[in-house]
Amino acid sequence: MSVFFAKRFLTLLATLFGASIVIFLVMEILPGDPALVILGVEATPDAVKVLTKELGLDRPALERYFSWIGGILQGELGNSYAYKVPVWELVEGALKITIPLAILSMILSVILALVIGLYAAANHNKASDVSLMGFSQLGISVPNFWLAVLLILFFAVNLRWLPPGGFPGWEEGIWKGIRSLILPALALATVQGAILARITRSSVLEVFREDYVRTARAKGLSQRATLWTHVLRNALIPVITVMGLQFANLLAGTVVVENVFHLPGLGSTVLKAINNRDTIVVENVVLMLAGMVVLTNFIVDLLYAVIDPRLKAHDI
Amino acid sequence: MSNPASQSFASRCLKSRSFVVGGTITLILLCCAIVSLFWTPGEVYNIVITDRFKAPSADHWLGTDQFGRDVFSMLMTGTQNSITVGVVAVSIGLFAGVSLGLYASAKRGWTEELIMRFSDFSFAFPAILSAIMITAILGPGGVNSIIAIGIYNVPVFARLTRGSANSIWAREYVMAARAAGKGKFRITIEHILPNILSIIVVQATIQFAIAILAEAALSYLGLGTQPPHPSWGRMLNEAQTLMFLQPMQAVYPGAAIALAVFGLNLLGDGLRDVLDPRLSRKR
Repeated sequence: MSVFFAKRFLTLLATLFGASIVIFLVMEILPGDPALVILGVEATPDAVKVLTKELGLDRPALERYFSWIGGILQGELGNSYAYKVPVWELVEGALKITIPLAILSMILSVILALVIGLYAAANHNKASDVSLMGFSQLGISVPNFWLAVLLILFFAVNLRWLPPGGFPGWEEGIWKGIRSLILPALALATVQGAILARITRSSVLEVFREDYVRTARAKGLSQRATLWTHVLRNALIPVITVMGLQFANLLAGTVVVENVFHLPGLGSTVLKAINNRDTIVVENVVLMLAGMVVLTNFIVDLLYAVIDPRLKAHDI
Repeated sequence: MSNPASQSFASRCLKSRSFVVGGTITLILLCCAIVSLFWTPGEVYNIVITDRFKAPSADHWLGTDQFGRDVFSMLMTGTQNSITVGVVAVSIGLFAGVSLGLYASAKRGWTEELIMRFSDFSFAFPAILSAIMITAILGPGGVNSIIAIGIYNVPVFARLTRGSANSIWAREYVMAARAAGKGKFRITIEHILPNILSIIVVQATIQFAIAILAEAALSYLGLGTQPPHPSWGRMLNEAQTLMFLQPMQAVYPGAAIALAVFGLNLLGDGLRDVLDPRLSRKR
């Protein structure tokens, strides 16, 4: 297990290192001088020069890259060019929205997927299976930001059950916070859930055809008992794989959906930072998002070993 | 003058429900885009303030927006935009990605390793996020969003091509071709590419749908197609501010996006059934 863990952890670090280089290179080519954007177009060249020096942007690229990475390793993200406050201050509040939103959407999508996928598989080729799969095909096609708008129209404008947008802050109470995350999470979870439901269904059907399932049935186990004890555990592996792969899309979705609901999460932070040419904020936020994706896939890899010990043995 | 092979291909197409439904939706959208080049039922670019917020009628099938523009005509013209983005972005991804994938598969060794690891990194970046970063470099605009989505498509095709090509390189007939003295380039063109084409075509349809979604999201955020050219994403964004007054205005553009993506996804499924029955998800 430890070799497996160490190997996966090294891959995680290598991917993050690679991602940090890509992000830095991309931001290097970004046109627009941060100093000029902060001071405005009427700034004198001298003032721009002074600010550039103050921000440390006159140093060579390689030196800036290493000071950025070195800072991160020491838990220091640097100061925002535009707001002159530590980047962490800007990001801290945003993380408290984006992470719960991502987790809530993930949980909702898994519930949706398991319920729909298992029900469809258990009723294979019956009318309910065909119509559920038709709906899931539709669910995959719906843009999440449009679904978000429809949810606002229905639950916030018509029924007035939930707020149409904004975030009151966690200090106003956990329930109030969660209430404003329900609609965005639902908008994100529907699309993810539809994809996962299809995978769950086909994966369960696949396992149903295995010899050990036939044996279990032959020795008199009911279909329901077989499903819970033999099928589900084996069918979960492809579902979890796709879940990990889809997490990147889920996070990307949060960037857009946060915008629909005017939530001050990482998505809005990065869009604002791009407009302000606040490169240091963009670099850190994008690396954080990439880090979350890589970390999720790392956890998925570990989950494999828990669900199917054969995979672990094979890997070592 | 029909030969049995093409006949069976046509009948396989017609037998696949996904292919027929998906193909029909895609064809209708294509027709809308072409017709809108010459004719639209109402005003798309000009502001007619006296006509603002008209309810659906014979003159304005889906009503008018806050500037008095005909919503149905804007949706029709928006089809041009989505199809253009899809075609160009997927072509960029196809050309660069398939070439890289084929090259990696033919060369093997560190070239393959380098190309694949690079495409691995890109998977750590969510699609929209990389598009946002790229449009931030190039500036917002229709063309730039196409390039951004196209670049995102490159590693997708590179990975798929390399994986499928590797399995073909191991086949006996490729070994026979090598034994016959054919070079790697010739084998790639004559044997590898034709054998992986169906998988690539299916993926291209799926990426087309993703490109339409990504463009709509970018335009929604104000980074994609710029006014006055209509785009489904921006229509949705403009409608959202008036959501309490004119809720239906926010419904139409999203429905158009969903319909296009739905049609293309079905077409992809259908093509998979028709072109490569072994890959079929049907049971």
